[in-house]
Amino acid sequence: MIRLERRSTFPKWINWIVPVLSITAALLAGAVLILATGNDPLDTYSRIVDRAFISSGAFSATLIAATPLLFTGLAAATAFRMGVFNIGGQGQYFMGTIAASGVGLAWGASLGKAVIPIMILAGVFAGAAWAAIVGALKAWFNTNEIITSLMLNYIAANVASWLIFNSRSYWRLLTGSGLMFPQGKRLPPPSDWPALSIGPLSVPFGFMVGIGVAVATWVLYRHTRFGFEVAIIGDSPAAATYAGMRTKRKVLSVMALSGGLAGLGGASDVGDFRHILDPKGLGQSAYGYTGIVIAALARLNPIAVVFVAVLMGGLNNAGRALQGPDFPAGLVGTLQGMVLFFALGGELLVRYRIRWGSHRIEQVGAAESGAGQS
Amino acid sequence: MSDSIRQPAGTPAVLMTGITKRFPGVLANDDITFELRTGEVHALLGENGAGKSTLSNVLLGLYRPNAGTIRIGGRLVELRSPREAIAHGIGMVHQHFRLVQTFTVTENIVLGQEGPFRRREAEERIRALSERFDMPVDPTARVWQLSVGEQQRVEILKALERDAKVLILDEPTAVLTPQEAHALFATLRSMVAEGRSVIFISHKLDEVMAVSDRVTVLRDGRNVGTVEVASTTKRDLARLMVGRDVVFNADDHTDRPVVDHERVVLETLNLHADDSRGRSALRGVDLKVFAGEIVAVCGVAGNGQRELAEAICGTRRRTQGEVMIAGERTVGRDPLEAIELGLAHIPEDRLHTGLAPSASVEHNLVLKSYRHPPMSNGPFLRHRRIRANASALIDRYGVKTPGPDTPTRLLSGGNVQKVLLAREIGSEPRVLVAASPTRGLDVGAIENVRGLLLDAARRGMGILLITEDLEEAISLSDRIVVMYEGRIVGTVDRGSADVTEIGLLMGGNR
Repeated sequence: MIRLERRSTFPKWINWIVPVLSITAALLAGAVLILATGNDPLDTYSRIVDRAFISSGAFSATLIAATPLLFTGLAAATAFRMGVFNIGGQGQYFMGTIAASGVGLAWGASLGKAVIPIMILAGVFAGAAWAAIVGALKAWFNTNEIITSLMLNYIAANVASWLIFNSRSYWRLLTGSGLMFPQGKRLPPPSDWPALSIGPLSVPFGFMVGIGVAVATWVLYRHTRFGFEVAIIGDSPAAATYAGMRTKRKVLSVMALSGGLAGLGGASDVGDFRHILDPKGLGQSAYGYTGIVIAALARLNPIAVVFVAVLMGGLNNAGRALQGPDFPAGLVGTLQGMVLFFALGGELLVRYRIRWGSHRIEQVGAAESGAGQS
Repeated sequence: MSDSIRQPAGTPAVLMTGITKRFPGVLANDDITFELRTGEVHALLGENGAGKSTLSNVLLGLYRPNAGTIRIGGRLVELRSPREAIAHGIGMVHQHFRLVQTFTVTENIVLGQEGPFRRREAEERIRALSERFDMPVDPTARVWQLSVGEQQRVEILKALERDAKVLILDEPTAVLTPQEAHALFATLRSMVAEGRSVIFISHKLDEVMAVSDRVTVLRDGRNVGTVEVASTTKRDLARLMVGRDVVFNADDHTDRPVVDHERVVLETLNLHADDSRGRSALRGVDLKVFAGEIVAVCGVAGNGQRELAEAICGTRRRTQGEVMIAGERTVGRDPLEAIELGLAHIPEDRLHTGLAPSASVEHNLVLKSYRHPPMSNGPFLRHRRIRANASALIDRYGVKTPGPDTPTRLLSGGNVQKVLLAREIGSEPRVLVAASPTRGLDVGAIENVRGLLLDAARRGMGILLITEDLEEAISLSDRIVVMYEGRIVGTVDRGSADVTEIGLLMGGNR
């Protein structure tokens, strides 16, 4: 029989081997599935890799798909690190797009490229403010942040939808085809974010900002007093209070930070790709929720988020490109689900070790440490 | 019922032979042979980690031994689950009660029994049982309304209701007043008089001497001796338990710290505070601690001691009154204010309040000092200084850890306490509030903690020692104040302390 034992030591290799094994296992399970659909797994996988990273323009398209995920992944990781479960990345992203597109529409024509930093600030601020509602409610009224942040997602989505479909708002196109089909106004071209060309590769400005933010977040969490407090509060709020840390303020600031990152993603969405406020497209994308998956796979490490976002962006991109009669539409989504499933299973292996033997489950910790202690 | 319990003369109630239980890296029980005679109270004595709990968990069917046999009433049995152990008449009273707070006494006792639930009948049965063993408790009361001592009675009744012939009690007196403990001992005697048998797990020598017929001493997973209580002494048992001679009292230490009556380091004036449920827990506490003085606060758990410590440290809001630290009036509500004024605090819940369990040892050692140079520089931490600080404290306080970056929860209880003491005493505060600093520690570690406290007092620190252990209070402190229902009901000076009198005060009797 198999039994699980709680690990008492955590070797360094485990942080690498477990994700690698998880992804391998997911690919193997996926292969079975592909076989069942009558396709050749090896061929399918090689086509995915090709269309995600190798063929002409593929990697550029992958980076475009990865950029929103990078921001929402960072947003989730920063909050989860403190044990604050911000599920509201989606709504904060929405607010970021609304604010950034509003600013771009208003000043894009008059300010020229100088509007870009203002769009960034507007996105960050809107996302942070939206998340701060959740943070304040949690800090001072002890509400459950999972529920409040989730509910605010619906409100944000409906606000965006109202702006385009149910009102004659500033964001809505009220001329030409806009009279027939409700849609957002195109931002003036100066508010389009530039892309950096490295040979054939085109790197969106937002992606570069994202890498910078990932590094900054890593430094913040690893090397500053702020990060130290976040780690302690995440581990034991009682200990943090006891040591004189301002836990309520920290909940508020970490939520705002997290929301700001998601909002920055929203700004990049407008500046890098869509150039309009598009509630329908945003709703279908579910970036906020995918960001949670990415943060989990990256084990909440901001640097790892960059790589996982690129991997997931690649899968998304390939899935879109390959969709067709010989490639089931749901396959990529299923594969992503499996990667997550196996990664969460892998978490078990981080905390426990597997023993093969005839004995039942036992906990070493309970064996003696509980002895005679009160 | 009691007739069936009688075994043929000479057959032990339980005979465990050659029990060996291995955990990865630990040999918890090493070829232990343990005999429980019918109708005896048999104490299982040993330090933490000696193997007491493992052995009782084997008998409870929670662990299966790697080797060894168990006979109950002479019959060879294999215990695969607690359910089977109960069926063989083994009952356990855990140190941490397993009761549903919102259920009544009766509901808790019959919980898990099969068949229809007839409340009236069950209540009558339990009332009769509680009278028979002289353990008064109202069968219709809800558990959260009961005192800790009463809750323990419910646990015992639960075992008796299942007709336990062998009752295991794990550190049962840790939560009781001396008077309640004596009542418990009387109950145990009446149970063995009926032909039941009791295994009494403890590391308190006095109790073991008072209540048991025989003692088995465990050390490092081995049985180092089973002796008749009548033919042994406390000192002999201690030597068996620790493997060397032990200093019992601080009286054995020479040179008491000198109290500086000119310098008040901590003072509370008419301090009021509520407990977590919003009920009044402190009702006007006036207290003074001088530099170099150890003041012990005694009382049964739940009489405001915890709230007193928290109100002083600023982690609990006070509703009225003043706290002065080193002569400075505090605003309260802010733990940081107290820390900056030179107050250190060893909380009751070490691993989750005093320390962040998953954080590394080195981070826990700077849990309060990370804000200032040299541990940080502006907003940035200085990892090298933090590491150096950790190495120094680990050395000086003899913390046994695989490394400074080991998560603190992986350390043993004694070492967890050392990390906490190293940080709190190492910061050289003016005043230290220590809540049950030796609870749950083994004899060697207790000695070490008490030595550290005395040393700190010698250097001029004032110490408020909150403890339920009267012996500790008497041996360590210059003054004992007794708390009852949120008030100080008596003060006893060193030298004139009398256990009976303090015990009566603790129970609310003047």
